[in-house]
Amino acid sequence: MKKRLRWILGSVVLIIILYLILFYPFQILIYEKLLFIPVLKRVIFILLLSAAFCLFRIMKGPTALDRIVAIDILGILIVGLCSVLTITTGRSWYLDIGIAWALQSFIGTIALSKYMEGRDFDD
Amino acid sequence: MIDTIGIIFIGLGIFFDLFGCLGLIRFPDLYNRLQASTKCVTFGTGSILFGTFLIVGFTAAGIKALFTIIFIVLTAPVSAHALSKSAHMSGIPLWQESVCDKLEDENRYKKNDQ
Repeated sequence: MKKRLRWILGSVVLIIILYLILFYPFQILIYEKLLFIPVLKRVIFILLLSAAFCLFRIMKGPTALDRIVAIDILGILIVGLCSVLTITTGRSWYLDIGIAWALQSFIGTIALSKYMEGRDFDD
Repeated sequence: MIDTIGIIFIGLGIFFDLFGCLGLIRFPDLYNRLQASTKCVTFGTGSILFGTFLIVGFTAAGIKALFTIIFIVLTAPVSAHALSKSAHMSGIPLWQESVCDKLEDENRYKKNDQ
């Protein structure tokens, strides 16, 4: 019974996100006249769907290292989102956010993995 | 014309990102999840950034996109390797239907030598 309820909830969430991808009722900042603006709007929503998958793994993951993997992939997805926002808005400082986020994500992942490794060396 | 090629690269990157994150949900094991989700670093975000460079051209944003591609491709395998080695060292078990574990065998041989 509980499993069927979870299936129904998940399918409702997926239908809502597919509706957002297909019809995009919100306004997104757009300053340039470009040929492929509808495609790029849908690309932004698909990236947000992938980020929601990563958040599900962060919420559910059985060990701490699962959560570290999901946080690493979430940072990489946000770099891609900054890149797409650079095209649609025409401002080049979104990629500065992307570079800084990639650097911090790399340093954080290395530090956390060394911490998780070193805790069991003492045993 | 070059805008079309850039959009094709962005679509390829979106494909790899979406299915990498689907693998992050559906695979049974930490090592399988790591193997699926590191594909969406080099192919996914790398080709999104390359499509951005093709659309924007040699402006400030394009040069920044190229530098970000170089940085990501250099650093992502290092972090994935460190994560998998620390997972194996801290004793996270493999999936019960996994076939072989070469690092475990090597540690056992070293322990027998001592």
